[in-house]
This record gives sequence, structure tokens and C-alpha cells, in this order.
Amino acid sequence: MMSNQLKLALVITKREVRDQFRDWRIIFPILGLTIFFPFLMNFTTAQVLQFVNRYGATIVGERLVPFSMMIVGFFPISVSLVIALESFVGEKERGSIEPLFNTPLLDWQIYIGKLISSIVPPLFASFVGMLVYSVGLIINNVPLPDLHLIIQIIAITIIQAVVMVAGAVVVSTQATSVRAANLLASFIIIPMALLIQGESIVMFWGNYVTLWWVVFGLSILAILLLRIGLAHFSREELLGRDIDVLNFRWGWKVFRMNFFGKATTLKNWYQFEVFPYIKEIRYSILILSLLVVVAFFVGRSQITRFEFPVEQLGVENMQEQLTQLSQNWSFGNFSPVITIFWQNIRVLLLAFILGVITLGIFGVLPLFASIGIVGYIMGLLGNAGLSLSTYFLGFILPHGIIEIPAAVIATAAIFQIGVIFATPDNQQTIGEVWLKSIANWTKVMLGLVIPMMFIAAMIEVWLTPELALWLIP
Amino acid sequence: MIETQELTKIFDDFTAVNQVNLNVHAGQILALLGPNGAGKTTTVRMLSSILRPSSGWAKVAGYDVYAQPSEVRKMVGVLTEHHGLYGRMNAEEYLIFFGELYGYSSAHVLNKINPILEQLGMDQFRKKRLGEYSKGMRQKLALVRAIIHEPPVLLLDEPTSAMDPESAKIVRSAIKSLSNKERTIILCTHNLAEAEELCDQIAIIQEGRIILNKSMQEVKNSLVGSPVFAAKFVSSMEGKFSDLPDGVQIVNRNESIIYFKVENPTVQNPVLIRLLTEKYDLVSFEEVPIKLEDAYLGAINQVKMNNNDE
Repeated sequence: MMSNQLKLALVITKREVRDQFRDWRIIFPILGLTIFFPFLMNFTTAQVLQFVNRYGATIVGERLVPFSMMIVGFFPISVSLVIALESFVGEKERGSIEPLFNTPLLDWQIYIGKLISSIVPPLFASFVGMLVYSVGLIINNVPLPDLHLIIQIIAITIIQAVVMVAGAVVVSTQATSVRAANLLASFIIIPMALLIQGESIVMFWGNYVTLWWVVFGLSILAILLLRIGLAHFSREELLGRDIDVLNFRWGWKVFRMNFFGKATTLKNWYQFEVFPYIKEIRYSILILSLLVVVAFFVGRSQITRFEFPVEQLGVENMQEQLTQLSQNWSFGNFSPVITIFWQNIRVLLLAFILGVITLGIFGVLPLFASIGIVGYIMGLLGNAGLSLSTYFLGFILPHGIIEIPAAVIATAAIFQIGVIFATPDNQQTIGEVWLKSIANWTKVMLGLVIPMMFIAAMIEVWLTPELALWLIP
Repeated sequence: MIETQELTKIFDDFTAVNQVNLNVHAGQILALLGPNGAGKTTTVRMLSSILRPSSGWAKVAGYDVYAQPSEVRKMVGVLTEHHGLYGRMNAEEYLIFFGELYGYSSAHVLNKINPILEQLGMDQFRKKRLGEYSKGMRQKLALVRAIIHEPPVLLLDEPTSAMDPESAKIVRSAIKSLSNKERTIILCTHNLAEAEELCDQIAIIQEGRIILNKSMQEVKNSLVGSPVFAAKFVSSMEGKFSDLPDGVQIVNRNESIIYFKVENPTVQNPVLIRLLTEKYDLVSFEEVPIKLEDAYLGAINQVKMNNNDE
């Protein structure tokens, strides 16, 4: 039964692939990137190798070979983005998708058929390109990267193609013209360009284990994007809504509905909107709380890897510093309170922006990094012979008891964006889901996090230094 | 074959189709008339299970459009306003592709399409790239695509819009050839002549609401009133006819033609004809055909007047 259904999806794949091979605008770039570009890369690699070997910098040459192979593999798959946009939005724009929708095919069959047709030809070209490049290396007597690294490069290439195409489908569901889709494609191209730069650094750094983490992270992103694409690639959504027009009135309506709900008073709002939403995101809060613990231990474990001179922390004259601090941060002085408060809010805003553009995934990074740093510093202090419980009670706990839960709640609301996208509701557009997430995050921020952060900042300025001074011997 | 009850579609805060009730039987061709944006395409999309109704229900060939979308789509052939062909394929490849989507083998599709392509005069163009087809040819091919699975229901959404008269004529005759006792056709159009030529029932949709749904003759009679007859004479009839029989009135006249409105033609026409032949040199006496356009405009005006009264 399933294989029969898949067979119908493959009918679409077959047609689309055949169509691509009849379009010179697709064929020529692919041929160029498959044959000409690997030769060029080979020539460049050989020249660079000769140059660096002359100065004994053989390591640069060794690292360059796999990096070049990755680039040779990446260029043809970048075409997959164009093919996917053309296949999904192009058909919508030309009106040829409607006859397809009138057939008994299920939405997922059309989606899968098009997805495969967008991925396979560029991926095939990419493998051919890498093969041509490898043959060139052999002819030039340049040693090939080891098999493990080649497998990593192939895995990265495949997963990058899937992410780009799955991302393109999500973009396509939000556009009714190729022009609009191309504009929206920057949401894929820019992160991909940054990713390639990151991968280049990792490759030259030679930390190949990190590449598996990249594959892992991209796989999660690909699954999320495929799921979103599958949920929103529906006849209803593609033909039933006018999504190119920026409708502020509608946007405000959706936002207001989710922000205020049916509340008429402030008490009502907390009772029916803020607290129930906290209950709704309880699992995200739990996951984030666990992440805080993990971040702390990860940070602490880094002290052996990244050594830091303890004297730089000023442990010897800590009492003196604390005395000075408590004098400067006298009770009623709001200036340092505002500074700390704004710093914390800024970090949460950064997390929000990261979360909104990466479906919640990278929104957790600021919290993870902040707690990791706390763990790292505590590790250092522990090494310096300071009692950790004293440090924790004196420096962290007084304000942290409010600040950390506030940060966890805010980050959980960002993380929830990903959760909502991962459990899509095809009755709502991506835009609606996004606005709903933003409204919920704003609700949590205004209702709880901002007041909590302000109280925490006041404690941190007026109480924590006093307590620390009292506790530190 | 097609039945809808209070069928409604709302997009955000816009009601595209509002409580539409239709009942079209096998063998009937219904013209869904209405201006642009009246809700014709949305109705067709709901009937072909592409859009989900916001409320109400519709059954097509016995299947519910909401609960059984795949079954509905197997029973329906749709010709969309935009033909939606793939320019780099030829007719044969294109039809085989759609045939395969309905589960047919390519050999089966080829066997099936041969007589149809021949009937539509497209046989010699079957290997030609679709990008090189004329508008009429494209629409004809799209029509073949719509019937490739021999559906009992055909939904034709403005099949001749933006077409030159010759191409439109070809497509209209193709549609005519597709109607039979078992097949129900809904033809969405704002071309009244086309509806008059092809359909036996009409429904007028305006702002998402069906404002009229009757047989073609009923529509003409109810909206234009009693029939008008034209009597043509050899010489000028200026200033004549003061003594007309009861129930006959002159509605218009020019030099040699006089238009009569008759309350009961079967009783009054023989009397009238006798009178005219006895007194004058009558050339001809015939009924003036009522145009659908008049009926359509009548219906629209009536709705406007009702709205104003409210």
C-alpha cells in the first residue's frame, strides 16, 4: 500500500527531473559546477600545496584538501535551492499546480515527489564533482583525505541539501511568486553561508569531531523543516490564502487575540492568559531547567581545556573589591540597577531574535552560554581553593533565585516557537503560528520576566555584594 | 450528482462563498454565472475538495467533499481558468503523466487519448512542445486532461476566458461533445452567450450568494416577462393600429416593424395575426428571442433594488 503511494509520488519526481534536464538554465550551471569547477579547484589546490610546502607549512595543505572537497560538493547542491523554489512556487505562479491538486494525490505525495526531484539531481552532480576532484588529486599525486573525513563531507553535503530544500519548501508556502520566494530565500542563504564559514574554520582547525555535531544539528533542523513543510504544504494553504500582501491589520488582530485573549482587567489577564501559558509551556521550562544544569557542568568541565590565570579573577583582594562595590552600589542608587537589568533584557532579546529566525533552536544559546560561564568561573574558583557553596550562596543565589527562573521562563517561551513548529497545526499559517509565538513571548516577558528581572537587578546591586561580603572570609 | 447545502467559505474576515445551495442532476449542465470575484472559482475549488468549506456541506457523486476528498477528486475532472500546462512537455507526455497519477499505464492512456485527440483535431500536434501551442489548443488539451479518468462530474472554470472567438468556439464545441446523460457539468463563466449555448440550467452568483437558480427558460420568462412578438410589414406603419384586441400591447415600433407584448399567445396570437393579414400587408410574424443577457441584468438589478429597499 505504502509502496504504491510512494510510486505515485515518484511519478511527479520523474516528470520534474525530466523537466529539469530539458532546461538549459539548470543544465549549464550544473555541468559547469560538476566538471569545470572541480578542475579549477584541483589546479588551485595543487598551486597552494606547492606554495605552502616550500615554506614547510604542510599542515595548511593537508587541511585545504578536504576543505576544497567540501566546497566542490557544496556548489552544485546550492542549485537545489533554485530548483526547489522553481518547483514549488514556480508551479504555483504559473497555475500548473492546480491541475496537480485536482488529482487524487495526497498532499504529502506531491510534497515528497517534488522534494526528491529537487534534491537528487544536484546531489548527484555534487557527488560527480567530488569524484572528478578526487580523480584530479590522484593524478596530481596529492593524497586523498582519509575515508572517515570523506564520509563526513558526504554526510554534510547530503544534509545541507536536505536543509536547503526543506527550507525552500517552507519559504515557498509563504510566497505566491518566485520573486517573493527569492527574497525570502535569504533566510536560507545567509544562515547557510554562515554555516559554511563555520565549517571552514572547523576544517582548518582540524577538529573533525565537531563536524559530526554539525551533521547532528543540521539533521534536527532538517527534520523540523521537513515537518513544517509537510504540515503547511496543503491545497488549502497554497491556494486558499493571499500571503504576499503584508496585512498589518490582520497581523495586529492575531497578535492582540493571543496577547490579551478575553481578559478585560489586569487580574483577568494574569489569571486567564499569563499563568495558563506558563502551564502550557511547562515541559519546555523543564527541558530548559535541565539544560541549565547541563550548561553549568559543561562550563565547569572546560577549565582543563581553557586555562585561565586565577589571579586575573582578583580572588586575593575580593573583600576589598566587594567593599568598594557595596559603597558604589548603595541602596537607592538605580543607575547600576538599570545597567544590570538592561544587560539581562538585552541578552533575552538576542535569544528571542535568534530563536525567531532559527525556529527556537539557537534561542537557547545565550542562556546556555551564560550558565556555562558561571560554571566555568565556579570551576576556576574551586581550583583556587574557594568554597563553591560559599560562592554560590554569596554571589549567585540571592539574585539568581529570581533571575535564573526568569531567564529559563523567557527562553522556554522562545524554545516553544520550535515546539509549536514541530507539532504543526495545518489550520494555521506559518505567519499565524509565528505571530502567536511572538504574542505569547511578549505576554510572558511583560507579565513575568521583566518584573522579575528588575527585582533581581535590585537584589544584585543592593543585597548581593553585602551578603557576599558577609560570607566571604 | 452535485448537492450543496449552505456551503460557505470564509477567508480570514472575507466571505467568498455564502450559504450556497445547489442541486445538479446527472446529465445536466449548470451555468454558474457571475461577475469577477463573485465566488465561482472558490465554489469550484470546494466542489473539487481543494478548499475545505468553512461551514455547510457538499456532496459530489455521492462523496462528501470534506470527509472524502480523494474519492471526490477521482470523480471530478476540473478545467481551471489557467490551463497550467508544462511548456517543455509534449501532449502525449503530458497526458501520460496525468494518466499515471490516476493509476493508468502509459499504454492504456495512449489507447484512451487517441480517439479524443482525433475528435478535437489535435492528433497531428501530439508530439509538439506545449509551449508552442496556441491558447485554444492549450485549453483543449487541458480539457482532455480533465476527462482522462472519465469523470462523471466536470467542473469547468471559465474555460474560454481571454480567448479569441475562434479558439473559444473550438473549446465550446469540445465541451458540447462531452455532455451526456451520465455526466454532470458545471460551467463557470461570465460569458452569457456561452452559457445560453451550452447550459440547460443557470445559477447566478453575486458576492458569494446564489441570487437565482432556475432552468434557462424559467429564467428568461421570470425575469423578462411575457414574450414579445415582432410583426414585419411591407410598407410604413406610422400612425396605424389604434384598435388592438384585449391583452395585446405595443411595446416598441419602427417604420415597418411593430413589437407586441401578448398576455396569452395561444389565445391572442391567432386573433392578432388574422387582424393584421386582413388589414395590412404582413411579411412575417415571429417571437423575439429573449436574451440571457437581459435575464442576467434583470436578476442583478432586482438584487440591487432589494438591497436598496432594505
